[in-house]
Amino acid sequence: MKGTKKRLHRRHLEESLFQTLMILSFLLVAGSLGFILITVIVKGLPALNVAMLTQIPKGGFYLGKEGGILNAIIGSLYLAGGGTFGALLLSLPIALYLNTYVRRSAWADFLRLTLDVLWGIPSIVYGAFGFIIMLALGLRASLLGGILVLALLELPIMTRAIDEVLRMMPMELEQASLALGSTRLETAVHVVVRQMLPGMVTAILLAFGRGIGDAASVLFTAGYTDRIPTSLLRPVASLPLAVFFQLGTPFPEVQQRAYASALVLTFIVLVISLGSRWLAGRLGRFIIK
Amino acid sequence: MDAHIQVRNLNAFYRKEQALKAVTLEIPRQQITVIMGPSGCGKTTLLKSFNRFVELTDGARVYGQVLIDGEDIYAPDVDVTEIRKKTGLLAQRPYPLPMSIYDNVAYGLRIHRMSRKGRTLDEKVRHYLEIAGLWEEVKDRLHSPAIGLSIGQQQRLCLARGLAVEPEVLLGDEPTSALDPISAQHIEARLLELKQTYSVVLVTHILRQARRLADYVIFMYLGEVVEHGPARQVLENPRQARTRAYLEGQF
Repeated sequence: MKGTKKRLHRRHLEESLFQTLMILSFLLVAGSLGFILITVIVKGLPALNVAMLTQIPKGGFYLGKEGGILNAIIGSLYLAGGGTFGALLLSLPIALYLNTYVRRSAWADFLRLTLDVLWGIPSIVYGAFGFIIMLALGLRASLLGGILVLALLELPIMTRAIDEVLRMMPMELEQASLALGSTRLETAVHVVVRQMLPGMVTAILLAFGRGIGDAASVLFTAGYTDRIPTSLLRPVASLPLAVFFQLGTPFPEVQQRAYASALVLTFIVLVISLGSRWLAGRLGRFIIK
Repeated sequence: MDAHIQVRNLNAFYRKEQALKAVTLEIPRQQITVIMGPSGCGKTTLLKSFNRFVELTDGARVYGQVLIDGEDIYAPDVDVTEIRKKTGLLAQRPYPLPMSIYDNVAYGLRIHRMSRKGRTLDEKVRHYLEIAGLWEEVKDRLHSPAIGLSIGQQQRLCLARGLAVEPEVLLGDEPTSALDPISAQHIEARLLELKQTYSVVLVTHILRQARRLADYVIFMYLGEVVEHGPARQVLENPRQARTRAYLEGQF
């Protein structure tokens, strides 16, 4: 009797210990995020003004003179938007193939392993790889090059995220569609995708976030320019590189602009996150739980 | 007997385990046939061999013949989507499609190009919801999510959805087992009406349900068909000792 009580006491102790550990690790993560955000806001907000958002750099911008980062804002949206779209075009068929046709075979395991390895490769390697391919094709640093490399960079994370979403698909739901005499393709397109849409929006967002925040992969492949690109074959600026170049100058006011640029980048990601959450919520009305 | 489905020497395996052993029988047209037996006896496998669902399980193989209207559904040149269109399925738990009530019924009509849109589609959707006894309850919210319906309503929606593609045979895999008694009664009433038009095959482990619905009974045990025949004969006066033991509750 006494032994049981003692054991009970120990179990409660264990529980509170692990609860404390969990709360601590949560605070660590939330604290880091808060610290980064506060730094970016405190350092960036004073330098942020309308001109920064609506103008392209004028002569001497990087020496502290007038102008803005509109070229990088538009450039980043083009690059990440194009890259995410490109990645989706490949990810969705791969993920559907994995889940509709091969499911749990050695071949599927191999594909998943390949994607996981690709996911882990540093983005500078994608940049260098893309650069070599572009050289071979005679393509110069351009919006097109940047989009292609970002699509490759986003492909593994998007495919695996969609794959995980699809794996949660109830088998009975697929069978309900098959029982009506639909083909596997019709089932995939009309039922599986619809059921998985909210989860897929999240997957796409994850990939977009990786794409828009990456500097190394677009350094060689998209180049940098003060202009807003008018063609897929022209170089294009991006926000991460704008931050990088501005931080690299010896002038404090330009460095402050780097924080303002980072603030803009963070704000874009925030707006897109909230927007897609809202969209996922709306789409989620129909899904079967 | 006017046989709608003829089963000839049907054997089914899940990997090495034999789920159906040389099943040969006939299923009458426009009657309710009930497949009974203790769990694991192969009754669901037999049911799912009629719409070629057994092969959806990894490692499952089927040998033998199932003839619907004299046509072997396991013949190599048969289009499996045609077979499944001919045989509607009510599952144990209703799974509406992730779309509106209206689109659930319209889905099959659209994929089979039976009706794409407009007035004719509206009319068909209404017609099948009426047959399933659901129209009055949903007519004002046709475009709201199907998942918002109660589970009993969902099962009737699944019935409407299945009927919309104009099958000849209705398969039910314990279709009332997840439902409350009132909803179950609803489904049973529909099935009794539907046998005027369709041949119904029902798997059940509820003896009383079999007594209420069955015109024809198949009793299975360990993958074998022990006995099959008109309901009155099998249920009241079984020929086999094993059937009698089951009816007396000994399994």
